[in-house]
Amino acid sequence: MIKAILIFNNHGKPQLSKFYQPYSEDTQQQIIRETFHLVSKRDENVCNFLEGGLLIGGSDNKLIYRHYATLYFVFCVDSSESELGILDLIQVFVETLDKCFENVCELDLIFHVDKVHNILAEMVMGGMVLETNMNEIVTQIDAQNKLEKSEAGLAGAPARAVSAVKNMNLPEIPRNINIGDISIKVPNLPSFK
Amino acid sequence: MVVPSLKLQDLIEEIRGAKTQAQEREVIQKECAHIRASFRDGDPVHRHRQLAKLLYVHMLGYPAHFGQMECLKLIASSRFTDKRVGYLGAMLLLDERHDAHLLITNSIKNDLSQGIQPVQGLALCTLSTMGSAEMCRDLAPEVEKLLLQPSPYVRKKAILTAVHMIRKVPELSSVFLPPCAQLLHEHTRNRLSCILLGTITLITELCERSPAALRHFRKVVPQLVQILRTLVTMGYSTEHSISGVSDPFLQVGGHSSKTMTNTSPLSSTQVATNTDTSRNAGNAVLFETVLTIMDICSAAGLRVLAVNILGRFLLNSDRNIRYVALTSLLRLVQSDHSAVQRHRPTVVECLRETDASLSRRALELSLALVNSSNVRAMMQELQAFLESCPPDLRADCASGILLAAERFAPTKRWHIDTILHVLTTAGTHVRDDAVANLTQLIGGAQELHAYSVRRLYNALAEDISQQPLVQVAAWCIGEYGDLLLAGNCEEIEPLQVDEEEVLALLEKVLQSHMSLPATRGYALTALMKLSTRLCGDNNRIRQVVSIYGSCLDVELQQRAVEYDTLFRKYDHMRAAILEKMPLAERDGPQADEEAKESKEAAQLSEAAPVPTEPQASQLLDLLDLLDGASGDVQHPPPLDPSPGGALVHLLDLPCAPPPPAPIPDLKVFEREGVQLNLSFIRPPENPALLLITVTATNFSEGDVTHFICQAAVPKSLQLQLQAPSGNTVPARGGLPITQLFRILNPNKAPLRLKLRLTYDHFHQSVQEIFEVNNLPVESWQ
Repeated sequence: MIKAILIFNNHGKPQLSKFYQPYSEDTQQQIIRETFHLVSKRDENVCNFLEGGLLIGGSDNKLIYRHYATLYFVFCVDSSESELGILDLIQVFVETLDKCFENVCELDLIFHVDKVHNILAEMVMGGMVLETNMNEIVTQIDAQNKLEKSEAGLAGAPARAVSAVKNMNLPEIPRNINIGDISIKVPNLPSFK
Repeated sequence: MVVPSLKLQDLIEEIRGAKTQAQEREVIQKECAHIRASFRDGDPVHRHRQLAKLLYVHMLGYPAHFGQMECLKLIASSRFTDKRVGYLGAMLLLDERHDAHLLITNSIKNDLSQGIQPVQGLALCTLSTMGSAEMCRDLAPEVEKLLLQPSPYVRKKAILTAVHMIRKVPELSSVFLPPCAQLLHEHTRNRLSCILLGTITLITELCERSPAALRHFRKVVPQLVQILRTLVTMGYSTEHSISGVSDPFLQVGGHSSKTMTNTSPLSSTQVATNTDTSRNAGNAVLFETVLTIMDICSAAGLRVLAVNILGRFLLNSDRNIRYVALTSLLRLVQSDHSAVQRHRPTVVECLRETDASLSRRALELSLALVNSSNVRAMMQELQAFLESCPPDLRADCASGILLAAERFAPTKRWHIDTILHVLTTAGTHVRDDAVANLTQLIGGAQELHAYSVRRLYNALAEDISQQPLVQVAAWCIGEYGDLLLAGNCEEIEPLQVDEEEVLALLEKVLQSHMSLPATRGYALTALMKLSTRLCGDNNRIRQVVSIYGSCLDVELQQRAVEYDTLFRKYDHMRAAILEKMPLAERDGPQADEEAKESKEAAQLSEAAPVPTEPQASQLLDLLDLLDGASGDVQHPPPLDPSPGGALVHLLDLPCAPPPPAPIPDLKVFEREGVQLNLSFIRPPENPALLLITVTATNFSEGDVTHFICQAAVPKSLQLQLQAPSGNTVPARGGLPITQLFRILNPNKAPLRLKLRLTYDHFHQSVQEIFEVNNLPVESWQ
């Protein structure tokens, strides 16, 4: 069972924290700090497995982490999970993020925390691995985003206008509109996606 | 005019713009105030945005409990956007400890039964993350219905939610048992690995919870094996999902071990040989296969195959693989010791890794692999490791080495050497009983006394900071100081050690600020013991002892005062009391070493304040009895651990028979109420020795001060004067001064004694020189 999934940067600032067991807020923050402390001490070319700190449950639990540029992705798991499997899972997670955000970087994660949560929710549920097929996950996320957009209504109008302008093919717009004519030729507006 | 609320991105931007922690707190507090106001106003349009901001702030560690009710409202809304944020908020902010969490049960129920698929997915996700026992019970029927829905998306989530429910409420197992078989069936038709993954997890969980489920699923095992085979042969390995699928798979196989038919070993070997190990996923599968093979009591050939696979992994250059290999080998070492032994050299190689996780695993495995045939080589490696390992591993390494040494030591000398080495390298990290063990060990190895004491002396001379080492060394020097000074030991280069050097070293230990109080106690006792072992005079020792009589530490002070009294009043008993320690009976490796220590302490420190029935020879007779052959496990009855009980017990023995022919006292001097008396004792085991106690009493009206008594004897005799008890005798029969003379008369020459007294009395200084007449013949014959 996965106990917690943490993403923090090289300075220990949490970018995402998800706990699958009930911990109080103070304990959660302490766990984040302790995990950062343990993981940041590691060299670059050592193995990706660590004994868990005291707060997370001691030596029965392991920290499986991967360091990508400025971010640490840490999964705290207990002994029933396969270490190499979880390492693989982290890889899949990052690749999925890459696909959803288009060449994901740290700023994407910072500014779209809720989206990252949604993607994670499609992969790991209740501490157990739900889905490991990247395409499946991306399909689901896209469907949900579409749903959200369609509900956006008025509040989403400016955003949609902006994206409409972006997508507009300017040369197509007629330069002269014949006002005298009752039937006004309406330009061929691209359909909203 | 209402200020439009910040979007989440804008808030994040602002927080990142804050240069200091205080600034960040300010920004966040301002925003939280806005959020609270917005919640109060009940603005439905922007509620989700406010909650999203609140969740971000919560992740940074700021309080966000006032958002809990908003989560409920958002979940109850009909818009997907709201629900999404609301459920996320519920997962992050609500959990079983808050009573509010039960309020979302109804919303979840509605969403599960009537919502569109994404909404059902959200509800299931939330339920599986923070669902409490009550919620699970209420919502079990809903989830059960969803298990058999046609849509795989919902079904896979429902399966995992079912697993969570069973974990929270084991009684629900009966509800979720029947659908499992159908789910497996579905897989054979549709080949949806995500469903399979979930189903296997569910079956595993069920089997773990109840043996009835286990029996039920045994029938399913052949089906599972078939599925596994098809997966392998169809080369499903190209998908990432294979690792996820096979792991729980093989775990289930492990659980139903007892009725595994022959088919499963075959499939295991197939997996083992066919899996593509060039990718991480393949390696993961292989590991799980190996573990399964071990779990299900396979044939020997298969087990050897498994261990060999692990051995191959140990040589892999990828550190992760090596780590997992070491972990797996650790699990196997108990059952397949000989097979794992073959890989010992590789394991020892891993000790030298710079990677802390790897070296820790390698250490555990190495310690498990030590046996009587490889103990010398392994110990060398482990000791080399101890010198260079990171500090958090030192304690484990040291105690591991000591344990292994105890179990497998080929010779006592090797054992002592090993412990010595551990104490010098990692002294501060050893367990408390290491000192006691070592003293016991040395005490028992009589032929090694000289060797041990020399080595310990050398080690101590170099470094007095490692407390366990200092304690053992001090004890040894005290016990075997004579051997140390004797100078000849064939096993080490001869070293000329001076008495003065030894005393200086012990004094250094006593005075060093690095010494713990216990260590000081050891050193003080050692000094006392040396007073009988060394041939020089004891003034230096007496000085040190009397200094510590006013030490602030109560324990040391007590010891020092007692030893001082031992010098002054009970000098005749000193030699006997400070004899070599008998070997106490050892109850077991961790046993009453404390009791033994306190026995030691009781024996020595309680010697002095003993009641005034010396019965010296009686006492000495009995101590002779106790000092039986060391190593002989003679359990002396009076040596019970109650402090003070030991010798008081002995001394309460009946007075008969009386000491052989006591020599009568002699009054040698009298002047104006000041008297001098001599009393003689000749200890039977040392016929050349005569102990004279000089007592000065004062029956006059004036005090006697600055009293000094000196003596002279013929050249053929040796005289030793102990320090007097004082130099003042108060008037009118006040406390007399006593002083002990030791006279060695090996040739039994006639005793002649000349005394010189100087003192002040009635404001006059008095000096008297005279020869003692009428010395009784028995005093020198």
